[in-house]
Amino acid sequence: MADVTNLRTPAEAGLTKLFEVARMKFPTGVSIAREEAFRYFEAVGLPSRRVEAFKYTDLRAALKEAAPPAEAPPADAARAALEAAKGFSGIEAVRLAFVNGHLVAEGSDLGSVPQGVTVTPLEAALTNNDPLLAQLAPVAQTRENPIYQLNAAFMADGALIRVAPGAKVAMPLHLRFVGTGSDAFSTATRVLVVLEEEAELTLLETHEGPDGVAYQPNDVLDVVIGDRARFHHTRLNGEGREAVALSTISARLGAGSHIETVNLVTGAVLSRHQIYLYFGGENATATVNGATMLGNGQLADSTLLADHAAVGGVSRELFKTVIDGDATGVFQGKIIVEQVAQQTDGKMKSDCLLLTDEGQMMNKPELEIFADDVACGHGATCGAPDEDLLFYLMARGLPRQQAESLLVQAFLGEAVEAVTHEGARAALIGEVEAWLARRG
Amino acid sequence: MPAVQETVDRVRAIDVDQYKYGFETTIEMEKSEKGLSEDVIRFISAKKNEPAWLLDWRLDAYKRWQTMKEPEWARVSYDKIDYNDIYYYAAPKRAAAQSLDEIDPEILKTYEKLGIPLREVEVLEGIAPERRVAVDAVFDSVSVATTFKAELQKAGVIFMPISEAVREYPELVQKYLGSVVPVTDNFFATLNSAVFSDGSFVYIPPGVRCPMELSTYFRINERDTGQFERTLIIADKGSYVSYLEGCTAPKRDDNQLHAAVVELVALDDAEIKYSTVQNWYPGDNEGRGGIYNFVTKRGDCRGARSKISWTQVETGSAITWKYPSCILRGDDSRGEFYSIAVSNGMQQVDSGTKMIHLGKNTTSRIISKGISAGRSQNTYRGLVSAHRKAKNARNFTNCDSLLIGDQCGAHTVPYIESKNASAVFEHEATTSKISEDQKFYCLQRGLSEEEATALIVNGFVRDVLQQLPMEFAVEAQKLISISLEGSVG
Repeated sequence: MADVTNLRTPAEAGLTKLFEVARMKFPTGVSIAREEAFRYFEAVGLPSRRVEAFKYTDLRAALKEAAPPAEAPPADAARAALEAAKGFSGIEAVRLAFVNGHLVAEGSDLGSVPQGVTVTPLEAALTNNDPLLAQLAPVAQTRENPIYQLNAAFMADGALIRVAPGAKVAMPLHLRFVGTGSDAFSTATRVLVVLEEEAELTLLETHEGPDGVAYQPNDVLDVVIGDRARFHHTRLNGEGREAVALSTISARLGAGSHIETVNLVTGAVLSRHQIYLYFGGENATATVNGATMLGNGQLADSTLLADHAAVGGVSRELFKTVIDGDATGVFQGKIIVEQVAQQTDGKMKSDCLLLTDEGQMMNKPELEIFADDVACGHGATCGAPDEDLLFYLMARGLPRQQAESLLVQAFLGEAVEAVTHEGARAALIGEVEAWLARRG
Repeated sequence: MPAVQETVDRVRAIDVDQYKYGFETTIEMEKSEKGLSEDVIRFISAKKNEPAWLLDWRLDAYKRWQTMKEPEWARVSYDKIDYNDIYYYAAPKRAAAQSLDEIDPEILKTYEKLGIPLREVEVLEGIAPERRVAVDAVFDSVSVATTFKAELQKAGVIFMPISEAVREYPELVQKYLGSVVPVTDNFFATLNSAVFSDGSFVYIPPGVRCPMELSTYFRINERDTGQFERTLIIADKGSYVSYLEGCTAPKRDDNQLHAAVVELVALDDAEIKYSTVQNWYPGDNEGRGGIYNFVTKRGDCRGARSKISWTQVETGSAITWKYPSCILRGDDSRGEFYSIAVSNGMQQVDSGTKMIHLGKNTTSRIISKGISAGRSQNTYRGLVSAHRKAKNARNFTNCDSLLIGDQCGAHTVPYIESKNASAVFEHEATTSKISEDQKFYCLQRGLSEEEATALIVNGFVRDVLQQLPMEFAVEAQKLISISLEGSVG
């Protein structure tokens, strides 16, 4: 029985060609890691259904062609794109703007970053071999993830953000990722946030782009959270309807630290958001939520790995998916409790509302436990909106559509409520309402 | 009530006191040549006097098997199996078909503790009180005795070794064999299709409630053999049957392969209740020896309003790889899976179920309790899926794991695939250790630590035990308390 060698797809061959060209242009920082990452990707290729972690999201089939990395856009095009992007625009924040994956100084508040925060554009950091680069890729498991490694190979721009010890930054930092153009392009941005001991930061992220262009963003956020530091993160995926959007957040948690990350998805024809958490210090806590709303033709995948490697970690994961039309929702979650991680308390839940008979939801909430003094639970539910609840609302005079909308809002609300930043929470609720209004 | 005399006699003949003559020397076995080849398959087929179609079926399976790869996705690890180092057929020579007494004293002692041998002897002798259970005893590659056959026949129930059924009811066998687990279903099922030896065949005619419980008792005895039995149960319209399966094997230093296929077919309004107490030799504390239990079990609720219920108590085997499943094809059909898997020592369990909802208004329920102790790894792996047309499908899954000690692992890998808005799926799972409060409460009332643990564990697995036929439930409770000995303190 000979091993079958997969034929390389045009996209895989294209990526190799693109890498050969692009590698010459990158600044020298992390060039070894870059090479290794691409070699890894070349060895495994684009994952298909046969790869367990991609069972429900066939990237091999979805990525027909590799789009070329986008060049920095002309200033007026960048300005126009940033003006058109509305995500979180009502929130007072210090902004960093990326258009087609490139930092645009003109649209960024680089000169007014709050005290205690330093922001270094990634391109500069790579050129100068910034010492913070050593903290990239804080979670080991990402090295076996082809999406993450593709980003590591192609990452062109982004930022290194460091918050000094004890600095509690009240003003949120808003990373705006905006795509523009009429031809397919790809982006690979990398943002590293390092929170030193007892620091605190709120980070907002918005991802927006043109409808009708099959662009391919692959964004990574690396977070290193020091002891007793707190990180609040709210992310909005409002990508264009043809985008194949890949993203990863990988975070390492110090002792007594806290992370809150909430991701709301309405965009992209196919999106996969990966969350890697490594509980390296004792008594760290995490809240990881997702709210996904999908319509015809869309697929959204939320994949989570929480690795408890220290005593007393607490993780709460709640994913809510609403499916309209013939969309597909995917949730894959895995809580690992290592032998040393006694007194871990992990709870993971994925709920899905199917609004039509054509939609589908795939759930895979896994537990992998090696310690005996733990409490871990996982749950998954899936079903149509409760007829009794609908009846109750309709009996009070609401039309069916409105009653259903109300139920959807309440359903997603549970996931969105975890957002600490009031403005961001309100903005996410606004996104839910806008999605429901578009649905009609 | 006694069994038919000749059956009693026949079974007694098997049970004559061979025990004192030692273990492996006394039994004269007839074996195929070692390894797997077309010749071996022809040999098995010839031994069983099989019709040509079945030989072709086997050979076809063998051809396909050669192109297949051993599955690697399960959370188990073991040295590569040399499929050419196994005897695929081993049968006691008829003249010396005295077998069930030849058990190692150690194993006998264990079984005494479990309360199995006495009951088994009683059952085989047909003198079990009140409750009568018809037994098919499969010893290595052949069925050595089937009790109550004649009485069952009066009710129209066919209960016999599958090798006899192939000759006596070829049309039934041909119609249903491989219709639930296709020949090429998976690596081990295909291997089984090529080399299967004995197993039970059950047919319950329309409208008949099987007058007694049916049971097959599997035993691996011979060294270097594998057991590849095949069980086929067909419940025709409106019928009911409860079937029990028990299995044991001798203690040895090397591993033996058990790759069975069980197929259940329930037609309109029929119900099959399939219970297993799996107690294969689990290997020693260091992980030497034990059975590799790689089994494919699947039920097809083919008819409307049919019901299939799997109940399993798993304590044995070095490695378990088994997922008793239900295909809910008929409208309003129902599938159930109740499982307790206890792992100890170096055991590895990767077990669970699949509930595939195809018909309208189908319902399924999964209750799985995993207990890991020692240095074992215990994984629940399950799939619940609702297809487009499965309107109003309902599933409830509850899988709990309990860890005893900090050297073991408990894992849960559920797949929940919903392609239908009217389907309602609920899944919940927890992992915890025995609650200190509960233990303290028991200790305070004078129970020893071991008794307290046993009590709590029994409470934990009660949901499952309630589903077992009465007699098995008692046995299973004993099994569980034994399997956990030494885990506490």
